[in-house]
Amino acid sequence: MSGANDPYDPKQVAALSPEALDDAVSAARTAFDGAADLAGLAAVRPAHLGDRAPVLLARRELGALPPAARADAGKRVNAARQAVTEAYEARLAQLEAERDARVLAEERVDVSLPWDRHPRGARHPVTTLMERISDIFVGMGYEVAEGPELEAEWLNFDALNMAPDHPARTMMDTFFIAGGRDGNEDSGLVLRTHTSPVQARTMLARTPPIYIVAPGRTYRTDELDATHTPVFHQVEGLAVDRGLTMAHLRGTLDHLARALFGADARTRWRPSYFPFTEPSAEFDVWFPEHRDGPRWVEWGGCGMVNPRVLVACGIDPDEYSGFAFGMGIERALQFRSGVGDMRDIVEGDVRFTRTFGVDQ
Amino acid sequence: MRVPIGWLAEYVDVPTGTTVDELDAAFVRLGLEVEAIHRPEEVTGPLVVGRVLEIEELSGFKKPIRYCQVDVGEGRPRGIICGATNFAVGDTVVVALPGAVLPGGFAISARTTYDRVSDGMICSVRELGIGDDHAGILVLAGGGQGSEAGPAPGTPAAPVVGLDDVVIELAVTPDRGYCLSMRGLAREMGTGLATAWRDPAASVPPPAAAAEPAWQVAVDDADRCDRFSMLALEGLDPTAPSPWWMRRRLQQAGVRSISLAVDVTNYVMLELGQPMHAFDRDAVKGPIVVRRARPGERVTTLDGADRALDPDDLLITDDSGPIGLAAVMGGASTEIGDSTSAVLLEAAHWEPTGVARTARRHRLPSEAAKRFERGVDPAMTVVALARAARLLEQYGGARVVGGPVDVDTRTGREPIGLDADRPARTAGVPYPTDEVVARLEAVGCTVTTAGARLSVVPPSWRPDLTDPADLVEEVVRLSGYDAVPSVLPTAPPGRGLTEEQRRRRAIGRALAEDGHVEAPSYPFVGMPVFDALDLPADDERRRVVLVRNPLSEEEPALRTTLLPGLLAALGRNVARGQRDLALFEHGSVFPGGLRRPAPVPGVDRRPDDATITALYEAVPAQPWHVAVALAGNREPRGWWGPGRPAGWADAVQAARRVAAAAGVELTVRAGERAPWHPGRCAELLVTDGAGGERVVGHAGELHPRVCAALDLPARTSVMELDVDALPAAAVPVGSRLSTFPPVHMDVALVVADDHPEAAVRAALAEGAEELLEELRLFDVYTGPPVPEGHRSLAYALTFRAPDRTLTGEEAAAAFTAAVEAAGRATGAVLRG
Repeated sequence: MSGANDPYDPKQVAALSPEALDDAVSAARTAFDGAADLAGLAAVRPAHLGDRAPVLLARRELGALPPAARADAGKRVNAARQAVTEAYEARLAQLEAERDARVLAEERVDVSLPWDRHPRGARHPVTTLMERISDIFVGMGYEVAEGPELEAEWLNFDALNMAPDHPARTMMDTFFIAGGRDGNEDSGLVLRTHTSPVQARTMLARTPPIYIVAPGRTYRTDELDATHTPVFHQVEGLAVDRGLTMAHLRGTLDHLARALFGADARTRWRPSYFPFTEPSAEFDVWFPEHRDGPRWVEWGGCGMVNPRVLVACGIDPDEYSGFAFGMGIERALQFRSGVGDMRDIVEGDVRFTRTFGVDQ
Repeated sequence: MRVPIGWLAEYVDVPTGTTVDELDAAFVRLGLEVEAIHRPEEVTGPLVVGRVLEIEELSGFKKPIRYCQVDVGEGRPRGIICGATNFAVGDTVVVALPGAVLPGGFAISARTTYDRVSDGMICSVRELGIGDDHAGILVLAGGGQGSEAGPAPGTPAAPVVGLDDVVIELAVTPDRGYCLSMRGLAREMGTGLATAWRDPAASVPPPAAAAEPAWQVAVDDADRCDRFSMLALEGLDPTAPSPWWMRRRLQQAGVRSISLAVDVTNYVMLELGQPMHAFDRDAVKGPIVVRRARPGERVTTLDGADRALDPDDLLITDDSGPIGLAAVMGGASTEIGDSTSAVLLEAAHWEPTGVARTARRHRLPSEAAKRFERGVDPAMTVVALARAARLLEQYGGARVVGGPVDVDTRTGREPIGLDADRPARTAGVPYPTDEVVARLEAVGCTVTTAGARLSVVPPSWRPDLTDPADLVEEVVRLSGYDAVPSVLPTAPPGRGLTEEQRRRRAIGRALAEDGHVEAPSYPFVGMPVFDALDLPADDERRRVVLVRNPLSEEEPALRTTLLPGLLAALGRNVARGQRDLALFEHGSVFPGGLRRPAPVPGVDRRPDDATITALYEAVPAQPWHVAVALAGNREPRGWWGPGRPAGWADAVQAARRVAAAAGVELTVRAGERAPWHPGRCAELLVTDGAGGERVVGHAGELHPRVCAALDLPARTSVMELDVDALPAAAVPVGSRLSTFPPVHMDVALVVADDHPEAAVRAALAEGAEELLEELRLFDVYTGPPVPEGHRSLAYALTFRAPDRTLTGEEAAAAFTAAVEAAGRATGAVLRG
């Protein structure tokens, strides 16, 4: 080994010769490439990159060189060391990739296995359909109003222009509530036959402009069968404002139809009779997605609020006009979702309800 | 209302080529809902009118058989075998000749039967597919004197027997009483099809006036009977049959043929809309008085029912007492019989609501009552009498005696003022004034124009037209609803859903996301279910509201708890083979019985505030409840391992989910209440605004007795909670997050069983003070070495300071304080 103050003799510093450095690099490459696995690579690393490895020993010799030769040799040593390091890292990456591939392959699972540890729940489609319809109206600025199912007869009938002996009232198939001690007296209460009393409650409580939608449960004395249920649901809409016309009613129903049944949906009216609206109409909706092909489907009733109803609720019919509409939710569910039998809707069978998920 | 189109076409010039579908559409456009279309069954091949020339009675067979010679217009009669005997020589009948195919594919051919060649068939109503009359052969006209002559032999029979007639069944809304007659429908259809039409009433000549009315009549209650008319006839042949065309039309309209007198009154009612009654004149004793019933009076009606009368019932009486329930049904004592030859025809106009009350009181929804309730044209009484008399003269040989009775106290109708632009303002369609006037005139109104203001007198047959809005509807309807454009109005900005509405949705969604299936049920319950639920006799849930006319006598009450319906749904699902069930329902319950009757104020103005308050207060509160029922496994078995049975804890957890969705803190402690297992019932409490605690529901396992009584799976668990009793959610306050490192420590404490875990947890939290960030129970252990009557509760505690890294000493001090607090409160000791 040369001391720092020894006279310069390049031939004596063999470790710095280009040949020696090339040999060291190629020996290292051979050793690394020959390592079969990561452990083998770790075992040969010290010999070529450790403190006693040739390329590191060569670096120490640089000090023995005269300054003129030192720069040149230094470049060579650095290049050699760089080459060995790269050879090591390349092999390391290669072996790690091989190991990963093997281990991860061993960890393979069957991702198609079910993991239904937590059973799916569902909300009833009548509930979610009422919400959906309500939301369409909330989007138009309406508010959602509610009223009791056990309702005053006056609000269910009289206030809506249905006097006690009116045929429309007797046709309503009403559940009457027993009053008095023996249950044979008048209670003045009924199970509401429609959501329309919410109209009356709203108009009694508020001043126009009124834009409300009222979803809820209603009752008629029909026996349960494939097409009837004594307990059913309606969504009622009411708008009272200055200058409202039947055109606004049609626009509103058309909008609802499009929002619910697609861009091609629209409504058709047939003249009809409801004591609380005048003029009155039944409306059909054009339903392009019907499972038996596009068609008109009967859906609900509508009309301009009868001025007598406005008067009974304290609204001046000369200043304000209004429109109202109502439709059956079970009916909409039947044609929207192709439900054939009403009993499936009302019996609480989980197989029926689960189909609809939480929010469909 | 069943409308034979052939009959209607007698008054309306239906354009040639109009199809049934076009008629259908026209009815619908006019607001007459088509419920059904009845098309006659098809007959092909030769079907002709024949006249019976000879009848040979064949003997030696099991039943009477006739061999007939029938003239079918061919010059030579045909010999036809027939098994019926209700026809005679000279009668006109319908013959199907060989080659004809009758309804049901019944092909006619010449064949040998009963030793003769039968060259065709004499048809019955049934064989022709035009009725269910079993009486035998259809006789179009008799051969005897005094009867009308039938059509000539050989005439094609299909049009004669009305085989070409289609019957359209209409649903007539209650405001359109006039459409319960051919007369009203003719007007509507003529207008709807824009074609000529005739009023059948216009062609009836008025009855001949005579000096003396035929009968003495007094109307005591003119408010409920403003017109009462009668006509007397004599010489009616009681055996005269109704002509075939009349029987046919009645049958098409769904009315049974009875006798000429009865058939004529029914026919005229269908034609002109005026219900009528025929009394046996000789059975009527003395003057007729129209009056209300007196206390204790009774009448036997035509249906044979002996009816106790109400003082509100309006009667037709004679010296013997009631002889008819006015406008609803006649009495038996004056009924037309087999030998009646003198009749008193009555046609009157009755006040609709009184008729409605009587019809409802006696459960007699007769055709007459139906029409009077909906409004009958008061101008028709005498016209209808004249028309009926004419028919009885023509077909029964009767003749009018004396003059018509007509007690008429009607007042004229007031004109309705209508702004000419009001229909346009209502519909959003610009109707010119002349169109408005034309539409109203088509309806039958008399219109006087004074500038922009119309004065409109509705016709006598439209009692429903009382308000300007009613006139508007007529204009818009006849101009077509399709003309109304579609314009979306702009509502003022809304505030979205209320907190209560958002809460209900959040609760439903949370339970569904947590694996529960919504199962709404009917709210009807019976008392036995309360016994099955083991409710004590004084339980407030037994105080029910009763339905007066329940669908099932077994379930006459409204629910006070959601459990009966929900458990029934659970049972139904189990019965259908489901085993693992988690159901929920939320909805109104109706507790507390009734307090006082609701008032029924007038409707001519807004009721005063006191009345509205009384109205609202009479309607019981109907709190919104939520309930959950669980059975089977809460988590199913699978390839991951065994299932986990649902139990009391799942029911309590469902309540916590509900509270969390509602943004409310729920306290759970041991409770005792039916129908729960006494040792497995949690009482659910909230803290109200004043700091007091309030019970809002219960959760846990059902009492085994209840499971047995309701046939439910063992250990079925339920929760029910009053959502309306939950306090409003506070607006959550965001916490300041510390980013300093936490210190995690675990502790196991041995506690006597009589201390609830919740108390231990509360004491730990209190003792640890503000450095405690999280406290979580992760294990409960019983068994050695933990002493009998004790459990070991293991907790993970997380400490963290908001402003610094906690030192070990600080964390240890807080930990010790927590354990000491638990020891003081519950006697808990560190597990060694």
